[in-house]
Amino acid sequence: MSGKRTLEFELATTGVDTRGRPVRVPLGVAGAATAEDDEVDVSGHHMLLNLGPQHPATHGVLRLVVELDGEVVVRAIPHVGYLHSGFEKLGEYRHYNQIIPLTDRTDYLSPMSNNVGLALAVEKLMGIEITDRCRVLRVIACEMSRIISHLVWMGTMAIDIGAFTPFLWTFYERERIYNFQEAWTGARLTTSLTRVGGMMADVPDGFVEGLREWCRNFPKTLDEVDRVLSRNGIWCARTQGVGALTAEEAVNYSLSGPMLRASGVPYDVRKDRPYLGYETYDFDVPVGEHGDVYDRYLVRFEELRQSTRILEHALGRLPDGPINVDDPRVILPPKSAAMSDMEAMIFHFKQVMEGVKAPVGEAYFPIENGKGELGYYLVSDGTAKPVRWRIRPPSFINLAALPKMAEGNLLSDLIAINASVDIVMGEVDR
Amino acid sequence: MSAELKGFLLVAVLKILVVFTAINVGVMMVIWLERRASAWMQDRLGPNRVGPEGVLQSVADGLKNILKEETFPVVGADRLLFFLAPAMSFVPALLTFSVVPFAAPLPGFDVTLPLLGRFTYTGPISMVVADLPIGFLFIMAISSLGVYGIVLAGWSSGNKYALLGGIRSSAQMVSYEIALGLSLVAVLLVAGNVTLSDVVAMQQRSVWFVFALTVGFVLFVVAAFAETNRLPFDLPEAEAELITGYHTEYSSMKFSMFFIAEYSAMMTMSALMATLFFGGWDIPFTPWDEQGPPSVGRTLATLGVFFVKMNVFVFTYIWIRWTVPRFRFDQLMQLGWKIMIPVALAYIVVVATTVYTLEALGWEVGPTYGLVLFGVNAVLLGALLFGLDHERLILGARQRARMAA
Repeated sequence: MSGKRTLEFELATTGVDTRGRPVRVPLGVAGAATAEDDEVDVSGHHMLLNLGPQHPATHGVLRLVVELDGEVVVRAIPHVGYLHSGFEKLGEYRHYNQIIPLTDRTDYLSPMSNNVGLALAVEKLMGIEITDRCRVLRVIACEMSRIISHLVWMGTMAIDIGAFTPFLWTFYERERIYNFQEAWTGARLTTSLTRVGGMMADVPDGFVEGLREWCRNFPKTLDEVDRVLSRNGIWCARTQGVGALTAEEAVNYSLSGPMLRASGVPYDVRKDRPYLGYETYDFDVPVGEHGDVYDRYLVRFEELRQSTRILEHALGRLPDGPINVDDPRVILPPKSAAMSDMEAMIFHFKQVMEGVKAPVGEAYFPIENGKGELGYYLVSDGTAKPVRWRIRPPSFINLAALPKMAEGNLLSDLIAINASVDIVMGEVDR
Repeated sequence: MSAELKGFLLVAVLKILVVFTAINVGVMMVIWLERRASAWMQDRLGPNRVGPEGVLQSVADGLKNILKEETFPVVGADRLLFFLAPAMSFVPALLTFSVVPFAAPLPGFDVTLPLLGRFTYTGPISMVVADLPIGFLFIMAISSLGVYGIVLAGWSSGNKYALLGGIRSSAQMVSYEIALGLSLVAVLLVAGNVTLSDVVAMQQRSVWFVFALTVGFVLFVVAAFAETNRLPFDLPEAEAELITGYHTEYSSMKFSMFFIAEYSAMMTMSALMATLFFGGWDIPFTPWDEQGPPSVGRTLATLGVFFVKMNVFVFTYIWIRWTVPRFRFDQLMQLGWKIMIPVALAYIVVVATTVYTLEALGWEVGPTYGLVLFGVNAVLLGALLFGLDHERLILGARQRARMAA
């Protein structure tokens, strides 16, 4: 065979600019052409780089089509949908309690708080008031989820910037929380913890003591990571002033969670629209001032400490009592009763076969998830299944600000910025 | 063939065999050490199944890599260069160790073997493969050839990530080579010679150059990290950004060649740090190792000392890699061109002036001479660290303040 084998790839699609002239737009950014079309690079001077969906730093299957001038990012267009599972549509064919396993799999890095969020939304729809013990247990679940979500974020962010070791330290702590999740629900990842009107199970023996012990030890790991990263010159140089968003921009992009707070907007659903009695807990909401990657790091770091504080508080005040509401309409009777008592058996049968019916209406319930404001919107036509179920996915909405933040930065910064957004593709693509 | 020639050939062949075997086995051990040490730092076990404490893990990996399928990229790749690139980075990495003296000389010999005849070697046998008069200039020259392997690997892969890695490494290695060379000029000024054996002898007479040339040592260590593409300067690989950079498209043994090249370059640089700044095979606080006729016991003792010194630096490499994050490309260039090179140039002027003054005063090279230089260096190092701290020289908080304003 003489010469090299070459394959030609068409890296551009033909489009039309605002004045109707044909232009060649790089593949993957077609349709993004705007009034700046004259600046669209058609000479081949810019390089088009495809990051993902298989790439070590895209946190799953995010695909970024990046137009590079040297190493400077001219444009970065996120392409989503590689993990689309149709959860929202699936939910329309399921009873409310059957939707809960679907929520495990959206933001799979904090499954328990997703469960809690859905249960709260359904309870709002049905007008159910949950028990005190259930309320505190759900707070514990939410804060455990926030901690594991932030731990994954912290470790992977450190890897993206080149520091590998903190990743394993944070994952070590995360594994311990997973052990608690496993003890409580029988599953490490797909917890399906809540039920409408209560919980799947009460915490097992020794759980409270174990978690309290963990809360005592966890700050030591945090301090270690703090020592390695927070004042490290390279870490600061890589994160400070990178991908900064002003408070106004952050609000305009509808950001939420640590992304919004790092930009200086003190909005936290737990404080501003309290649920589960969060107003009675003693914790602070960390707020950044520069809105850059470093402030997002600091905000999340402090949230880990605050969550530990909430956990300790919640464990200390955990009341005795039932975890489920006393309402046979929504809560399954105990197995022994269902097998011996006629009435209980009928309730059991009706619930399993027909599900829990919700009144006609709609409900939206936001909770503060690790990644931001996680909202569940339900529309009911009076049956046991929602007519429409929608999720407000914080990481999807936060991701929308990525092109803006990445523009004009270096490729390395794009990776750091992408890490700082803290996306989880299960939730982005749903 | 005369007995002298036979003796010379025997010694030369043995030295080559021993040194290169030692390097290749050493690379395997360093890879094992890296994996175990990183595991230790990260609260995990690391490889501990193959052989005692997992020391044979690298053998298993090597076997696996030999047996693996060799893949060639098709689109836009240059097959010949793609094939050559691993060898081009592998060979220089192994060559450089040949000028490093690793022990006190052995006594000569005069033996008669059955069938082979008489072998003689008069005078002490220096424990260095080739005691070249050009010394560390040879190392600079050969190690700068290593960049070709990386650049060509990046270019010939026909992969954008590999290309970016190759571009980054060419810029990085060329820049830091200058700083590396300039930091060695100071050594030349004090030692008066580039031959590594003479540099070692000079340190035995005065003090270790880490005291006499502290700033030079700091510059050399930083430049050496950049030259070997190790964290925090591993931008050509930059796993999170460029998959694995220039060797993204490489598989099987060709990938292993890059791997071995990286680790043997690391060992050579560690050996150089030990030789140039920590007295080489010199045993501190005793004149026993440099006086009197050569003996086998002394060679073994000094070899042990050299081994320990070298491995301290190998461990430092590993330690730093698993501790710090990675620089950004522009920061790397800034550090190289705006700090390292000006500081090195200014340092040369200071050292030259000091050496000239001391010689004009008629001071002999010795411990006092070294201590005077150490005093000068302590002041300089203090000033340098003060400048580097608080982001006076490297961007960071200042950049941030500008963003806020």
